[in-house]
Amino acid sequence: MSAASPDDGAWRPSELELSRRAFRRRQTWRSVLVSVLSTLVFAGLLAWAVLGSPGWARVAETFFDPGVALASLPRIAEGLLLNLQVLVFAAIGVLLVAITLATLRTLRGPVFFPLRAIAAGYTDLFRGVPLLIVLYLVGYGVPALEFFPRLPAAVWGTIAIILVYSAYVAEVFRAGIEAVHPSQRLAARSLGLSHAQTMRRVVLPQAIRKVTPALMNDFVAMQKDVGLISVLGAVDAVRAAQIETAHYFNFTPYVVAGLLFVLLALPMVRLTDWVTARMRRREQIGSIV
Amino acid sequence: MSRAAAEAQPPAVPEGEREPVLALTGVRRAYGEHVVLDGVDLEVRAHEVVALIGASGSGKSTLLRTANLLEPIDDGVIRLAGRDISDPRVDADAVRARIGAVFQHYNLFPHLSVLDNVTLASRLVHRLPKAEAERRGRELLASIGLADFAGAYPDRLSGGQQQRVAIVRAIATGPELLLLDEVTSALDPELVGEVLALVRSLADGGTTILMATHEMAFARDVADRVVFLDGGRIVEQGPSREFFAAPREERTRAFLARVLPG
Repeated sequence: MSAASPDDGAWRPSELELSRRAFRRRQTWRSVLVSVLSTLVFAGLLAWAVLGSPGWARVAETFFDPGVALASLPRIAEGLLLNLQVLVFAAIGVLLVAITLATLRTLRGPVFFPLRAIAAGYTDLFRGVPLLIVLYLVGYGVPALEFFPRLPAAVWGTIAIILVYSAYVAEVFRAGIEAVHPSQRLAARSLGLSHAQTMRRVVLPQAIRKVTPALMNDFVAMQKDVGLISVLGAVDAVRAAQIETAHYFNFTPYVVAGLLFVLLALPMVRLTDWVTARMRRREQIGSIV
Repeated sequence: MSRAAAEAQPPAVPEGEREPVLALTGVRRAYGEHVVLDGVDLEVRAHEVVALIGASGSGKSTLLRTANLLEPIDDGVIRLAGRDISDPRVDADAVRARIGAVFQHYNLFPHLSVLDNVTLASRLVHRLPKAEAERRGRELLASIGLADFAGAYPDRLSGGQQQRVAIVRAIATGPELLLLDEVTSALDPELVGEVLALVRSLADGGTTILMATHEMAFARDVADRVVFLDGGRIVEQGPSREFFAAPREERTRAFLARVLPG
């Protein structure tokens, strides 16, 4: 069937296309309606189950006391500021150490064997040891060496987090480096670029782009793990919540701290999803599946 | 020819007596049992265009890769302007900086703009000031009609445009020798012409070229000399018109019968 009108020659959708569009619009409305209904039903069931449970009154009192929440919020928020500081320093430290480790592992030649071996051993070790144990060893063990001046617990906590996370992130970078096609290296080297120049100008920029979603995901994980520095006695959000809990004899401050951590992570979580979706869209270039 | 003449650098030596730009002697390369290059002797003289032809797996690409030290050799000698570059003590990066190479799949850097692709080696390897490198890069892009794409990223370009950028990237630093490895094999048929036209203009301009190619008509028209490789050996070589008009060897005739239409 011809859809072009005789007078101006501009394209107009055909009858068939218009009917398909109308059908898709109806489908969309139906989907929205169904999802709203099912959400309401599901939320209703959940609320009924929780609120109707025999212990709910007690739980509401000890975990969800609005008065305690409000009273403990300033101290916990203050603690969260420490978490944020630790997070910023740890993120920078992790990136630097991880890129160095990943680069060391790509070095060829017998001279670099010790460096390669150290990098490999490091990632093996710190991916295996639980963060909590590293925190104790670094936070209590290293100061006992008395090599260093007395430093706040948060500093040792930051170092422990950098040690553990850089091992993970180094592996992410290494995967990214290996995902850059060898022909890129070939092209760079045949222009006369050295190994180091090739890594820095050609391979790493492409590798980092490829692993950005994975890196952001590790950052989200790190955002909550900075709360573990509380075990060293640093008064962060978790530690502050613990103190408030003891003070009010009520668990609500923990819930408050938990919510604050979620709020902290939310922008990054959404950003990660957005970046991942954008990269996927770019790769599938308009196709549906 | 005398080696002493080439080592005394000033170009007072007459054309014919100068050292060849590239000279391979008895070059051998094997992967385990499989011998890819079996004692190849080949010379490319200044301003000469040499076409390597032969079936897939005959060793064309390997030969090109050995010439800019991307592939090690198991025996033989490779000389660049008279100097032994197969010596392990030679600085491979410095050698590669004097040789341009273009690949079948363009291999442009996708994270760099077209202009940055072209100027990367000038800036990093030859230490040209950025402004100077970019002026030269824009000139080169203008010469292939892609001045408007200087700031674009390679994925915006067609295959033919990308390959032409790859070629000017390779010549941006004024290399002594240009290696072309089947630069039209990955292109749609209608894009082959623009790339070959660029290669032809470089050849006319006096660029020394060693190219592996499947384009027989192009080899005949543009190359000064054609070299037929089979099973890692040079079976036959000669001035291109003579070579195609009257191949001497039976294997050459068989190969040409397979690849030439009609």
